[in-house]
Amino acid sequence: MQNYLELSNVGIEFKTNNVPFKALDQVNLKVSKGEYISLIGHSGCGKSTILNIVAGLYQATEGGVILEGRQVDSPSPDRAVVFQNHALLPWLTVYDNVALAVKQVFKGKKSRAEMHDWITHNLELVHMTDARDKRPHEISGGMKQRVGIARGLAMEPKVLLMDEPFGALDALTRAHLQEEVMRIHATLNNTVIMITHDVDEAVLLSDKIVMMTVGPSATIGEVLHVELPRPRDRLALAKDADYNNYRQAVLRFLYDGHQATH
Amino acid sequence: MLDSNKQTGFTAMATRLNKLRSAMPVSLNIDLAPGSKLATLMRAWLLSLVGLIVFALLWQGAANNIDTSLGKFPGPQEVLEQSKNLYSEYQRDQQNERDFFARQEARNADRLASDPDADVSIRPYTGRPTFVDQIGTSLLTVAFGFVIAMIVAIPLGIFCGLSQAVYSAINPIVQIFKPVSPLAWLPLVTMVVSALYVTESTLFSKSFITSGVTVALCCLWPTVINTTVGVAGVDKDLINVSRVIRLPPLQHVKKIVLPSAIPMIFTGMRLSLATGWMVLIAAEMLAQSPGLGKFIWDEFQNGSSDSMGRIMVAVLVIGILGFILDKLMLMVQRYVSWDKTNTLR
Ligand SMILES: Nc1ncnc2c1ncn2[C@@H]1O[C@H](COP(=O)(O)OP(=O)(O)OP(=O)(O)O)[C@@H](O)[C@H]1O
Ligand SMILES: [Mg+2]
Repeated sequence: MQNYLELSNVGIEFKTNNVPFKALDQVNLKVSKGEYISLIGHSGCGKSTILNIVAGLYQATEGGVILEGRQVDSPSPDRAVVFQNHALLPWLTVYDNVALAVKQVFKGKKSRAEMHDWITHNLELVHMTDARDKRPHEISGGMKQRVGIARGLAMEPKVLLMDEPFGALDALTRAHLQEEVMRIHATLNNTVIMITHDVDEAVLLSDKIVMMTVGPSATIGEVLHVELPRPRDRLALAKDADYNNYRQAVLRFLYDGHQATH
Repeated sequence: MLDSNKQTGFTAMATRLNKLRSAMPVSLNIDLAPGSKLATLMRAWLLSLVGLIVFALLWQGAANNIDTSLGKFPGPQEVLEQSKNLYSEYQRDQQNERDFFARQEARNADRLASDPDADVSIRPYTGRPTFVDQIGTSLLTVAFGFVIAMIVAIPLGIFCGLSQAVYSAINPIVQIFKPVSPLAWLPLVTMVVSALYVTESTLFSKSFITSGVTVALCCLWPTVINTTVGVAGVDKDLINVSRVIRLPPLQHVKKIVLPSAIPMIFTGMRLSLATGWMVLIAAEMLAQSPGLGKFIWDEFQNGSSDSMGRIMVAVLVIGILGFILDKLMLMVQRYVSWDKTNTLR
């Protein structure tokens, strides 16, 4: 399972008013099964674009994405997406939001009762069973994000793609959700690609941190392997020398990259 | 597992109870403090009342100063008088109709008694339609035209909103026909209906179909346009969700597009209904097809001293019915809309 997911020579060109804009160029990345990958880089460098290409929502104009030996060309529940602003359907309850995905993905594979159990199970994973009958506007931002994660996990994806899943949250909620994601990743051992702006978050959660150069024609600048033992404890790590080295490596990359543009 | 099921059961019940509680009127502790809900409501009522009274006074004042060939312009007093007259005319007509059928039945019974093989029949009542009958006809016609228009407009709008190609193809047509006055359509519609609608059934009269189709042609456009805008404006993230879980097209429309576009669709439908109601009156006047428009025209031709008062009654009734129709649409919108907290006006 060395090359579970592979991006080879991925490039994309957008046309705005017929002016071509090369957002990504020569992106190469190999991901093993069960790995937790973070994408970090300056705003506008093309992180979301990479995620959207892997999801199949955008078509790469050069190169391609291969998952389990098959080329990716359209969106699929194989590659579930947790959107930055949760993207819950406001007219459905928490339960129904997850149910919509589950009913579509497991149509003909699970019975009604099995689906119900599976939905409930996923809501339990993110501790959202109590609010299952609430609508999105009745729950907090953190809770919405958790439902989004539950919906993603419930599709039983090969790869879970998360676009700044904790971006809009306060520090405490964010820490809490990070713990939950770590716990879930430890139990399910799923492959995750997460976009983040937060260096601590990247080091705490990831096996690999993928650092991107600034655009246009952005590409992968450096890949940092984080070899901290799991389970990781944020308080213990704060004093850990390795942890701080990793942090500094990422910060140095981002800082240098930033200088280059100005 | 069992335990958690029980717990979620309780939670669900608690939520339901809470909902019930918030739905109950808080009539027990009436709060009249300034700024409270009831106080605001009473203030609004009071202000509308003041507005109406001021309007009536101004109207009376102006009416006294306008002399026409048919006498003074009708004031509120006169209008009230005429509306009473119109209503009693309607009652008298109802009585006539009952008497008419009673007479026929009595006569038939007599004939059957003397000759059991007699060929008896009941002839329909053919009185002149009263004001109330005309209101009924107009409402029925506008409903007919509106329903046809919606059956066409909503799916058309959905297609236009979903596909840029369909939109580009249809947009010029919409833009050209949208500003066309109903009166321009009317002669054509009349000719086409006379040519195509040949049937023995007396269920719908030709004039009913003609007015209905004219209404439909005019109230199509606001709904087409608003539905298109609503459907095209569905949040991109939600569309991406639908793509990721691979919802088939019909499900995509049902689960994602329609709920998102409902507010815009209803905005369009309300505009359409208002347009349709206005168009209908004009069409009835011009085509002399039964309805409130014809009532007004007949009164105008009649030219008695009561005519202007009776026309004024019709004007007010048209306004009030238009208002009620809009409120009905609003109620339907409240009923189908998922967002009950949204203040609709
Ligand atoms: N659909 C599109 N059409 C045209 N240009 C696009 C499109 N999507 C992205 N871009 C451009 O590609 C570049 C990368 O955008 P992207 O959203 O991937 O950045 P990002 O790294 O996710 O930024 P952020 O951290 O702010 O979310 C930007 O310059 C953006 O303007
Ligand atoms: Mg982004």
